[in-house]
Amino acid sequence: MTEGPGIADVANLLAHAHAMESEAHERYLDLAEQLDVHNNTEVAALFRKMAQIEQLHVQKILERVGDMELPRLSPWEYRWPGAEAPETAGIGEAHYMMTPHHALSMALRAEQRALEFYTGVLESGGDASVQALARELAEEEREHVALVKTWLAKYPEPAANWAEDPDPPMHQE
Amino acid sequence: MSENGSQSNSVSIALTGSGGAGVITAGAMLLDAAARAGCYGLFVRSSGPQIRGGEAAAMVRLSAQHVEAQDDVFHILIGLDWHNIERFAVELPLATDSLVIADPANGPPPAVIVKTGARIVELHLKDMAKEIPQGRPNMIALGLVAGLTGLAEDALKAALAKVLGSKRSTALQASLAAVQAGIAAAAGVGFDRRLPAAANSGHGRWQISGNQAAGLGAIRGGVRFVAAYPITPATEVLEWLAANLTKVGGTLVQAEDELASINMIIGASYGGTPALTATSGPGLALMTESIGLAVASEVPIVVIDVMRGGPSTGIPTKSEQSDLNIALFGLHGDAPHIVVAPTSIANCVFTANWAVHLAESMQVPTLLLSDQFLGQSRAIIEPPADLAFATRRLTAEITESTAAGYQRYALAAGGVSPMAIPGTPGGQYTADGLEHTPRGMPSSQVADHMSQLDKRRDKILGFEYGDHWADIAGDAESELAVITWGSAAGPVREALSRLRARGQVFRLIAPRLLAPASPTRMAAALRGVKRALVIEQSHSAQFFHYLKGYFDLPCPVASYHRPGPLPLRPHELVEQIAKWSAA
Amino acid sequence: MNTPAVTASAARAYKSDVKPVWCPGCGDFTVLSSITKAFAELELPPEQIAVISGIGCSSRAPAYLNTYGFHGVHGRATALATGLKLARPDLTVVVTGGDGDGFSIGGNHFLHACRRNVDLTYVVMDNRVYGMTKGQPSPTTEPDWDSALTPGGTGLRAFNPLVIALASGANFIARGFSGDPNGTAQLIVEAIKTPGFSFVEVLSPCVTFRPDQREWRTMVRPAPVSPTHDIGSAARRLMTDDGFNLGVLYTGNRAPYQPPRKTAPATPSEIERQFAV
Repeated sequence: MTEGPGIADVANLLAHAHAMESEAHERYLDLAEQLDVHNNTEVAALFRKMAQIEQLHVQKILERVGDMELPRLSPWEYRWPGAEAPETAGIGEAHYMMTPHHALSMALRAEQRALEFYTGVLESGGDASVQALARELAEEEREHVALVKTWLAKYPEPAANWAEDPDPPMHQE
Repeated sequence: MSENGSQSNSVSIALTGSGGAGVITAGAMLLDAAARAGCYGLFVRSSGPQIRGGEAAAMVRLSAQHVEAQDDVFHILIGLDWHNIERFAVELPLATDSLVIADPANGPPPAVIVKTGARIVELHLKDMAKEIPQGRPNMIALGLVAGLTGLAEDALKAALAKVLGSKRSTALQASLAAVQAGIAAAAGVGFDRRLPAAANSGHGRWQISGNQAAGLGAIRGGVRFVAAYPITPATEVLEWLAANLTKVGGTLVQAEDELASINMIIGASYGGTPALTATSGPGLALMTESIGLAVASEVPIVVIDVMRGGPSTGIPTKSEQSDLNIALFGLHGDAPHIVVAPTSIANCVFTANWAVHLAESMQVPTLLLSDQFLGQSRAIIEPPADLAFATRRLTAEITESTAAGYQRYALAAGGVSPMAIPGTPGGQYTADGLEHTPRGMPSSQVADHMSQLDKRRDKILGFEYGDHWADIAGDAESELAVITWGSAAGPVREALSRLRARGQVFRLIAPRLLAPASPTRMAAALRGVKRALVIEQSHSAQFFHYLKGYFDLPCPVASYHRPGPLPLRPHELVEQIAKWSAA
Repeated sequence: MNTPAVTASAARAYKSDVKPVWCPGCGDFTVLSSITKAFAELELPPEQIAVISGIGCSSRAPAYLNTYGFHGVHGRATALATGLKLARPDLTVVVTGGDGDGFSIGGNHFLHACRRNVDLTYVVMDNRVYGMTKGQPSPTTEPDWDSALTPGGTGLRAFNPLVIALASGANFIARGFSGDPNGTAQLIVEAIKTPGFSFVEVLSPCVTFRPDQREWRTMVRPAPVSPTHDIGSAARRLMTDDGFNLGVLYTGNRAPYQPPRKTAPATPSEIERQFAV
């Protein structure tokens, strides 16, 4: 875990942006698979959709990158505020009986963290071109936050007993 | 009897669903309700590899008479959803007169169901549930079953109250309302199998699994020390004992592995306390060296093997009868010991009790072969008689010391020598896996080896096992016999009763005592038999080959054998027995 | 155009197409990702890696990877891995498993794997429970954790596997947390790079049987001191460790055990001469 972002140059910021979207994409794919295996097809489909959206974001970042050479960073060298890339949905937040409301809440939190990351870059001052890019990326995240909020509004909070499974766990080996 | 030959007063119901649908709970409630209404029944579960949320099937058979096998087909299948139904389809055989309830909310019923030709009726279970605050489709399904089969409502209510009564009463009210909705919906669906009117209210009967029954038998037998290492499908024996053994003053300890658990029970037994552990194939394989130690040092222990699909890690959640060989022959050296096997869920109580009696009486390890089908299925049974064996370990009271000292392994008539329990003055000895003198000192002398081998063999060959050695039934005059063992006995019995109804009679022999082999008793049981068919659930026909190798069979013997994971069904056995007897 | 080592999808290349059956929310998902990120970071060809496991939820991992693998029997993974590495020192051999498999039935083999110090990396996903058999205590379970098999708890002090590893001779000892997948990936990279027996305990909550472990994410911290090479200090630190210090805790300098192979072996007929009269 690192302290706040201290991004030196545009290439570095783009590396972070790319990693963020890629990790988000991978995580949503993972979650979709998990929920598929656990027969929660509705939420699995939702996560799959989110993964597709993140893949589009990855493409957009790559368009910005163009021919630029990006630094080769190890997973632990990224200057994320938390343990994982900010836009990565928390894997511990999943539940085999989760509802679309939960999934979209997770996504909303992820987008909000992404937004906070870029505004954090802005607030820490520094190189003007980094700031300019961070402003643009923050604006995009703001749009994503709004989109997810609209999406989430379609799914009210479920009943308090949403996780109630009358059946006990099954032994396996 | 219907066209497929199954009993007309037996109904088989399957509920399938996943991800919190609660089919297992609904199935358990159904069995409980039916029991309260005076029915007999059998409840079997199946599930996918997920620990929670996986696809699951609850399979319940209800009948006017005692049932020990799954029927040939399911008469009712209610699909709360169809997730991964392909995994189960082969376990849920349907006939053209079976009824399938499908919820259109799940899309069209899958091809694998449609092609059975069963009658499919669409009911909006999820919508019906939504109309009831906190209503669940599994409770709608439960009500449907009750309505279709005529299951008494108050029995159902009592079953629900037992599970939900202690929770917020809203849960109980919601479930009752959902059940009512299901019952009402059943009125619109024609179905011709009704549950038998109960002769009595079922009061006094028991609802129990084979694993629990084995635990109870152990306690009745006097076991007061258990070492436990979890393994599917034996863990419930140990968990039941964990809760109940302490109530009767016993101790249970979780061991670090099977090598530890087998040695712990040898230690406890050496100290004078009847001791037991339970495991499955992989665990038994680990224990074999130390079981041999108990044989050589003449320490009584009981090891329950709840068999599962083998070999190696195999199929942990399914049943098979393929540990017979390791139970009989898995010890190195010449190490005679006892192997017993219950022939039904109810019989697990008696056989576990008997296993303790045999172990203690003869100071020898006794292996009890149960299996996943017996162990994890729940049945309605008559309370088993408490036969109250006068089990007594022959212990040594040292009244006078002789020059030679106490002879732990004294050569005595019958082969059982008095065992000094630690704390008995003058009785000190060192138990040993090394071959030994009668005094117990290590020996490599030919006379000692021979006499001790004879002693350990003769004590179990000379024991009076009585009629418990086998279940012998059917027609005593028939020239055709079916020989089987363990959980296969249930489906075989049902197959034979169907054949009897159409005029074909057979003798049935299901040994409970598998080792030592009983060639004389088997020969007597087979007197007059011209041909025999051996039926078992193993790929390599282990029991068949054991009979051929160790028994003098007076007639040609054929084999019908197949491995798990699928259960033996009566019609399959009727077909095999009929084909064999006609040939 | 040059993209950064996209460890997310480069890592995914190490995953097989078998979908894990672990419960959603299980820590093992991110540990699996950490392992793949480590492989990607080291640029190891998948066919040069073998992942060995025992029995339990976390021991299902080899099937979910695109490497060679062996899902062995309960508790014997370190022994199996030792045999493989001794016969094939050219392979990267990683052992995965849980706390029950590794420290209970596997306890003896764990001791000797540390002692023998063959170049292996052992990643234990520690959730302080036997998950696959539906919730019994493991050697790392707290003494008062109630279960059907041990009503009221075992009453036994939990093992400290890191101390045992140190005492037995492990050459690299680290602790990670599934909630910190990048940090854990780094530990696994270091573990693989360090010769000898490398032990990485990864706290990995069981969402089904230990929902109380949700609070682990507030309890873990980076270890307040840097890793030590001094076995005495390491012993003191690990004996007083509260179980939540993350990072590399000890690196030794034992040479790994790998019996030398003769470059010009004798033939059987040359050996036979010893019997000639």
